Amino acid sequence: MKPIIELQEITVRYNEEELAALNKVSFSINQGEWVALIGHNGSGKSTLAKTINGLILPQEGSVTVGDMPLDEANIWQIRKMVGMVFQNPDNQFVGSTVEDDVAFGLENQGIPREEMLIRVKDALEQVRMSEFSTREPARLSGGQKQRVAIAGVVALRPDIIILDEATSMLDPEGREEVISTIKKIKEQNNLTVLSITHDIDEAANANRVLVMREGELVREGTPAEIFSAGPELIGLGLDLPFPEKLKAALAQRGIDVPKEYLTEEGMVDWLWTSVLNK
Amino acid sequence: MMNKLIFGRYIPGDSLIHRLDPRVKLIASFYFIAIIFLANNWQSYLLAAVFTFCCILLSKIDFGFFARGVRPLLWLILFTVALQILFTTGGTVYWSWWIFNITEYGLQNGVFIFCRFVLIIFMSTLLTLTTQPLELSDAIEYILRPLKAVRFPVHEISLMLSIALRFVPTLMDETEKIMNAQRARGVDFGEGGLLQKMKAIVPLLIPLFVSSFNRAEDLATAMEARGYQGGEGRTKYRVLHWHQRDSLVVVVYACFTIALVFLRG
Repeated sequence: MKPIIELQEITVRYNEEELAALNKVSFSINQGEWVALIGHNGSGKSTLAKTINGLILPQEGSVTVGDMPLDEANIWQIRKMVGMVFQNPDNQFVGSTVEDDVAFGLENQGIPREEMLIRVKDALEQVRMSEFSTREPARLSGGQKQRVAIAGVVALRPDIIILDEATSMLDPEGREEVISTIKKIKEQNNLTVLSITHDIDEAANANRVLVMREGELVREGTPAEIFSAGPELIGLGLDLPFPEKLKAALAQRGIDVPKEYLTEEGMVDWLWTSVLNK
Repeated sequence: MMNKLIFGRYIPGDSLIHRLDPRVKLIASFYFIAIIFLANNWQSYLLAAVFTFCCILLSKIDFGFFARGVRPLLWLILFTVALQILFTTGGTVYWSWWIFNITEYGLQNGVFIFCRFVLIIFMSTLLTLTTQPLELSDAIEYILRPLKAVRFPVHEISLMLSIALRFVPTLMDETEKIMNAQRARGVDFGEGGLLQKMKAIVPLLIPLFVSSFNRAEDLATAMEARGYQGGEGRTKYRVLHWHQRDSLVVVVYACFTIALVFLRG
């Protein structure tokens, strides 16, 4: 597998005297992977996301996206490859209606109008927002606005989608909606997804999890590897996924629980088999 | 508070007026305001009034909306009319006291001014009620386009305009939220004297300002991430189309102008 994003020894400092927001961070993401980036507030997750498409330029280190080193010359080329969905659904809605917002990125790329009409319609269908195409943002829910933001990214046909806490301002229902939409689109278009999140269940869906603390990458592994650390995660300022919480509660009551990480399904399987075996 | 504001509201509909090209509507409205000053006797005012009411009928919008559009300006209109009536001299004098006198010309002028005001407000209300803000900003951009020749930043202005329009409801919601949050903490809006009222605005204004800065920052980042590099090399998603009905408006307005010139004394 060939890495599509490669970061080497990235250091970002917002203020000369202050602590570095990112300190010698290196990692790579392969084509088609779903990677979750987790960490507590102020651990540098969002900064990291912005260095990938050049919204923030690192003082040290190099970023390579799809064989191109990130520099002034090909920054716009890289931005074409990387689509970003940000946290606040209201603040990233540029257009006055849904279809205008989806078209905004296409307009920027100078895509002819006939092509735009097709792509906007197509993108709105993919996120199931077709019937809302002429609505104004004020008349949409948070989850719907986020889906429009995703449609705006999808219409640009990027290779990579970065979700910068895209679900953190949504209710559980909207969150579910957005995540399932992304999942579907990822499968259909063989995209690479980097999702930055506080939501531990969202991270549990990823192929790989990166854990950040104080601007440094402290852990890296599959969700199973990361979450089996159990209580150590709480030390990193993170929550535990629900099966882990259940295991901890059972262990407290003197029940022997398996050491390795289990998904919700795995947990259910283990529970019913262990009850039957008694 | 916000619901009373009829000016600048859009009422969805599918009438002939709704479907007109926004450029035509915008220019026609300005043109109407200009030529209403041609009217100077009751025949010409009658013509203008009939014309306006025909337009209103064509829009299929409840007349109440237009009446409500006039209401906030009613005092200004009455004040101007009163000044006209009391200070115009000439013709038969009906009543006189100190520097005030009511004369034939004064009454006539008063009525004319009143009609002029009301018709202008009706026409501009008709424009905003039947045209989406978005279409208006498209129209303004189109009309300003020749100014590109003198390096007027037409694209930037129109982008600012459309973003501003898009954020009006969002900011209104936020204002409401901040107001309620401050009320919950004991701020009294609209109570007490002028100074106190102004002081009460501060805890509303500053958070609103700060949050607008944050919004602007977020929006700029999102726009850049989506490849926005300024007006150069952009294509446009929405295009305005000129239909036959738009040409018809031009013809109707030409006839209206000729008739008005013919009728004026």
